[in-house]
Amino acid sequence: MPPQRPLLPFATPLQPRLCGLIIGASSGMGAVLAHLLAREGYTLALIARRADLLNTLCDEINQTNGQTRALPYVHDVSNYDEVPDLLRRIVSDLGGLDTVIFAAGVNYPPDPAKDNFDGDRQMLEVNLIGAFAWLNPIAAMFQSAKRGQIVGISSVAGDRGRVGNPGYNTSKAGLTIYLEALRNRLTRHGVNVLTVKPGFVKTEMLKAAVGPMPFAIPVEKATADIYKAMRARKQQIYTPWFWRWIMFIIRNIPSVIFRRMNF
Amino acid sequence: MVYRQPSMVIELNLMDITLNNTFTSLENFGHSLRAPAYVFKPTSAEEISEAFQLAKKTGLTVTARGAGRSYNDASLNGGGIVLEMSAMNKIINWDPATGQVRAEPGVTIQQLWQSIEPEGWWPPVVSGTMFTTLGGCLSANVHGKNNFKVGTIGEHVLEFTAILPTGAEVTCSPKKNADLFYAMISGLGMLGVFTSITLQMKRIYSGLLEVDARPSHNLHEHLTDLLDNAPNYDYIVGWLDTTAGGKSLGRGQIHAARYLNENEDPNAKNTLLLKNQSLPSRIFGVFPKSILHYFMSPFVNNLGTWGVNTGKYIASLPRYTFRESHAAFHFLLDYIPNWELSFGRGGLIEYQSFVPKETAEAAWMEMLRLSHKRGLPPYLGVTKRHRPDKFLLTHAVDGFSLAIDFKVTNSNRKKLSAMLQEFDKIVLDAGGRFYFVKNSETSPESATRFLGEETIAKFKKLKKRCDPNGILESDLYRRVFG
Repeated sequence: MPPQRPLLPFATPLQPRLCGLIIGASSGMGAVLAHLLAREGYTLALIARRADLLNTLCDEINQTNGQTRALPYVHDVSNYDEVPDLLRRIVSDLGGLDTVIFAAGVNYPPDPAKDNFDGDRQMLEVNLIGAFAWLNPIAAMFQSAKRGQIVGISSVAGDRGRVGNPGYNTSKAGLTIYLEALRNRLTRHGVNVLTVKPGFVKTEMLKAAVGPMPFAIPVEKATADIYKAMRARKQQIYTPWFWRWIMFIIRNIPSVIFRRMNF
Repeated sequence: MVYRQPSMVIELNLMDITLNNTFTSLENFGHSLRAPAYVFKPTSAEEISEAFQLAKKTGLTVTARGAGRSYNDASLNGGGIVLEMSAMNKIINWDPATGQVRAEPGVTIQQLWQSIEPEGWWPPVVSGTMFTTLGGCLSANVHGKNNFKVGTIGEHVLEFTAILPTGAEVTCSPKKNADLFYAMISGLGMLGVFTSITLQMKRIYSGLLEVDARPSHNLHEHLTDLLDNAPNYDYIVGWLDTTAGGKSLGRGQIHAARYLNENEDPNAKNTLLLKNQSLPSRIFGVFPKSILHYFMSPFVNNLGTWGVNTGKYIASLPRYTFRESHAAFHFLLDYIPNWELSFGRGGLIEYQSFVPKETAEAAWMEMLRLSHKRGLPPYLGVTKRHRPDKFLLTHAVDGFSLAIDFKVTNSNRKKLSAMLQEFDKIVLDAGGRFYFVKNSETSPESATRFLGEETIAKFKKLKKRCDPNGILESDLYRRVFG
């Protein structure tokens, strides 16, 4: 027996709706984006590890909008085997899929005195391999349907390997390149792939990070930028915007200098 | 859209990859609704059965889709499996001696009439477009401009075979499995999928119809004409200038036609030829019609349609009689290819109400006045005369139908939605009904009111019997019966 579909408002020509999936929605940018997209009329499937946070978020969204706009799906991004079934169920529950936001990300800054293999491995498993697990099948579907939008939250940290956190740098660099590859593969099929590279954004992750955090911005500012870029179907954005120029400089610092810097 | 055999899918366990690669963006005919689905194109009953198995295994639902010409969500199944029936498009048997034709469900009305017309036969009932499929026509139980005389297409079905989600194959006729016969025709594809359809065709003695055209100066005159004159003709259809107000509210034109008898057409042999039935592809012999919709779109707004409707009304003032080919008379909607695209990015919706003859005039006067007051005049209005039928989810009444088209834009959605809710109330209070494949906003409450709880319970009981696992579901079904 097919599972009963949850009671979402039915789409009609006079009440159309877009369907979105946010992976990594329980906190940070994912959560704020969920609120924002629901307000803009999206029907959302929200995926996160932490059930309590996720359910609270969905209740908040549904109450604020006066109707069911968000459905919770508890899932750990590194449980790759669950993905095909869960994805199919989500698309069926939503009745379609227009936009996917991959916002799942962890950061385990290494303690210089210890080996960080476990942390590095987890960062790779969530930030990068999690993206493969979810975005590979979604890319195939969007390519086949000749429409859709994929948004990946990468980071300025992926632009250069630095002293402090090689694992995180690697995971985000990998994600950036993966998204670029998807873009090159999918643009010709009418699919938009947006890479978001935030600077420092005041989320839980930032609290755990170490070192100086110049120009940190509130989450709402970052998500507003992301939504604007989504509507304009951009390829890549830095948020806030000036990181584009900062990273332009940093990317172009010659190695002979960069390897002597403590940054 | 590439067909992959479901059996291979199940056995090799390539299901996920394969399913993802069948994901297709589907729309309604009016381009006002979009619902992507995993699309398969079955070529036989076995393959439909395999799709049911795939659905069971994956927990997905299935909807059959004919040509996708319904104005709403009847052939959409967002996030589920859609069986595009276009590959099952063979005419299995055609007997010009008896006029009986047996065909697969993906055969279109166009294919059908073009196969039989040169031999002096015509489908007894056709829709306003020839691109619909027989399976879709039966599921919706379509009617033509002769509904008052010959009923819906279902009344001309001698027999059909279908495959049920349980895997059982059934044969139904008015005598055999009659309950299923009367429920599957009009059943919106929710009980099973047709695999073959046997229809009785109508003999014709000329490729032409004799058409009388005359104006009507207001809605009262219009409906009186439809009522009084229908018995004298084989076909009758009215056009309403829905943009005219005041005393002229509901003014329009009537086209009434009759078949020509034997010997009435001296050139019958010639007029029956297919080349004399085709719609011209160019206007004035030069202007290609395939791009005409681009030139129409600047006029598809309140002012533009007022101008076009007024012009058309003035042109329709003289009374005249002429002879016209069957195809030209029936398939008005196909005159301008892709005309629906001229309604812009938001697409269009159609609102068709079927109201008893006693209450129709008052109800529609109220509706037209309301639409003018709200600044949302319909851009096109078509009337027909109807008679009731025995099918379970019937839309017909002893009265008239009025179909009106609205353009959907980002700014008018809320207003239009509120107005259609008021329309629903007017129609239901007048004892009217709706047509499921046209109206996109019919609520479960409205459906219950005109069908009656008993009918719905009967339909659901049959559904339980044919489809115990709830595999067949369309967006329409979930919206109205879910």
